[in-house]
Amino acid sequence: MAAGQLSLQLPYMNNFPEFLTFNLGVYVEKFVKWLDINFGDFFEAVSNAILWLMIHIEDLLLWLPWWLVVIVVLIMGWRFSSVIAGIVFSLMLVLVGTFGYWDYMMYTLAIVLASVIISLIFGIPIGILMAYSSYVQALMRPVLDFMQTMPSFVYLIPAMLLFGLGKVPAVFATTVYAIPPVIRLTDLGIRQVSKEMVEAAISFGSGSWDVLTKVQLPQALPAIMAGINQTTMMALSMVVIASMIGAKGLGMEVLIAINRIEIGRGFEAGLGIVIIAIIMDRISQGIANRFKIPG
Amino acid sequence: MPVKVEVKNLTKIFGRNPKAILEKVKQGMSKEKILEDTGHTVGIRNASFQVEEGEVFVIMGLSGSGKSTLIRCLNLLNKPTAGEIYVDGDNILEYDKKQLKKFRQEKVAMVFQHFGLLSHRTVIGNVEYGLEVKKIPKNERCEIAKKAIANAGLAGWENKMPNELSGGMQQRVGLARALANDPDILLMDEPFSALDPLIRRDMQYELMELQSRLKKTIIFITHDINEAFKIGDRVAVMKDGVIEQIGTPEELLASPESEYIENFVKDIDRSKVLQAKHVMFKPTVLVSIKEGLKAAMMEMKSNGISSVFVVDSEKRLQGIVTIDDTIKAIKENKTLREILKHDYYTTDCEAFLQDLIPKATDTKYPLAVIDEDGKLLGLISRVSVLSALV
Ligand SMILES: Nc1ncnc2c1ncn2[C@@H]1O[C@H](COP(=O)(O)OP(=O)(O)OP(=O)(O)O)[C@@H](O)[C@H]1O
Ligand SMILES: [Mg+2]
Repeated sequence: MAAGQLSLQLPYMNNFPEFLTFNLGVYVEKFVKWLDINFGDFFEAVSNAILWLMIHIEDLLLWLPWWLVVIVVLIMGWRFSSVIAGIVFSLMLVLVGTFGYWDYMMYTLAIVLASVIISLIFGIPIGILMAYSSYVQALMRPVLDFMQTMPSFVYLIPAMLLFGLGKVPAVFATTVYAIPPVIRLTDLGIRQVSKEMVEAAISFGSGSWDVLTKVQLPQALPAIMAGINQTTMMALSMVVIASMIGAKGLGMEVLIAINRIEIGRGFEAGLGIVIIAIIMDRISQGIANRFKIPG
Repeated sequence: MPVKVEVKNLTKIFGRNPKAILEKVKQGMSKEKILEDTGHTVGIRNASFQVEEGEVFVIMGLSGSGKSTLIRCLNLLNKPTAGEIYVDGDNILEYDKKQLKKFRQEKVAMVFQHFGLLSHRTVIGNVEYGLEVKKIPKNERCEIAKKAIANAGLAGWENKMPNELSGGMQQRVGLARALANDPDILLMDEPFSALDPLIRRDMQYELMELQSRLKKTIIFITHDINEAFKIGDRVAVMKDGVIEQIGTPEELLASPESEYIENFVKDIDRSKVLQAKHVMFKPTVLVSIKEGLKAAMMEMKSNGISSVFVVDSEKRLQGIVTIDDTIKAIKENKTLREILKHDYYTTDCEAFLQDLIPKATDTKYPLAVIDEDGKLLGLISRVSVLSALV
């Protein structure tokens, strides 16, 4: 009661003062315009590259006969986990197909794959640079920390600003969100390589390329594979959110279902996402375990 | 023997700005004080030595004395702060990147304390490594590697992973990897320290056997004086980054130049270092077989001894006679040759004391040291064996 009265008496003490306004949005728009004018060609090129990759992956996935995909998953599940896992995984895939979501699943998968590929192309070299230079590491650490503390849909804003709506910003946002684990674990993996091993390699007259490719990367591979697994899972979680900026796929189905309060449709699409997540996680972890170095 | 490696006034300082500390080191400021004042660690201080071709040069010292730092300078895993290192007359510190790579690929190979094997590669993959870096074609290097593995006694283990092998076997892989490269110089940084004593002895033995065949120049680090004296032709003792003394094991034993070395030497089992030739004495009294019984008797009487060794004109050992037998033989008109006894022990001059102790304590006569022609080189008494051990 007392607080209510107080606020009645002193309204301007509790409401944010109106004269203190700062219209950041204007500057952001100006900045984006500036970027567009000065780096328009660059973003155009990036956009085209992402689109090219996306379209090819999508085409490939949609071209694959459904039964072939099921068989491949069966075999991979069996090889990297167990026979039962293989059978369960393939049945789960068939289930998604029966919901009528096969193509949507492939759209989603295409974005995930494209993002993971781009993450590896950039993430592994960045991780290597971090491992080699403490300076780069000191620079990247806070950036990565920052990236990981941000709520995922915040990434949609810069993506949209730079690339508009559609697949390209979805891939961009997904990549930016999913890239930290592979960078971190590449860095960690290389730094963890025993010093004596590296010195042994150097003592036999290895150049730095030999040391990197014959000793450090193979030794760091288990860590890198773990990073790839994490990156994949993060990409999958992001791809659902990326549907908000117009990426076709299971995520968009969930979004539409929520907007229209169609519980059944949302459930089916959601289940589809969970199924992909389980399959990708199990299989990529199985692959990662294969790379464990004995001893 | 020509000089293979020559190290001149080598100094290594660890820290941010080692060159700036050089002056302090030259002035002889202590390691502790330098660390306290400047945060720099003196690894090696003005070390100089030469290693001859085919020699086993052992560097010994307590933990932290700078042994690893020193050996790592020899293939430039550590960059010296000051000084020169000549290998075959070339100052390796002046090598550019390419020359250094070539030098490491062709002239030196290192064996590591914890083996330094690549755990993601098989045994043969490890042994091939150096050849691979040298860009030797696959077939050829596979062949060389197989041979090296077989020489290390690991035939049949080619496709195992290092972690499937025992420590001793892993170090054999390390050795095979080094030897596959056919380097002139082997750098071995406490290669056997991580192995248990029995395996260690085997490995030491094998290394010596190998060395007798291959005649590499070996620089070997250990903190175990018994190991140092067993395999080293010469031993350098290090303390706080300084080489305190360099010498053969016998020289170090006989005349340690500092208390530090004396303390080391105290630990040594001398019976494993000293050989017959080190403790034998020249026989002062000998009888020639031609001289006969009377001469033998005279010699024994005038020297107050009860037995004497008999040699022929070429100084080849014929036997021993006792005074009692001699007196009896003179009465019975026998010859010297008839009463010669042979129940004494002989040994060659390379035999280690540890093998002579049981013989020396078992017999009433001195041990006779003879060469391969049977010539008498010297005698070893029980007293001389025992006094050499304390
Ligand atoms: N990379 C380095 N940075 C700083 N100080 C170092 C470095 N390497 C060695 N040192 C220091 O140099 C000194 C000599 O070390 P080194 O490793 O050569 O000793 P060591 O005789 O090989 O000992 P151990 O028997 O324990 O192997 C030590 O005081 C050590 O702390
Ligand atoms: Mg050491």
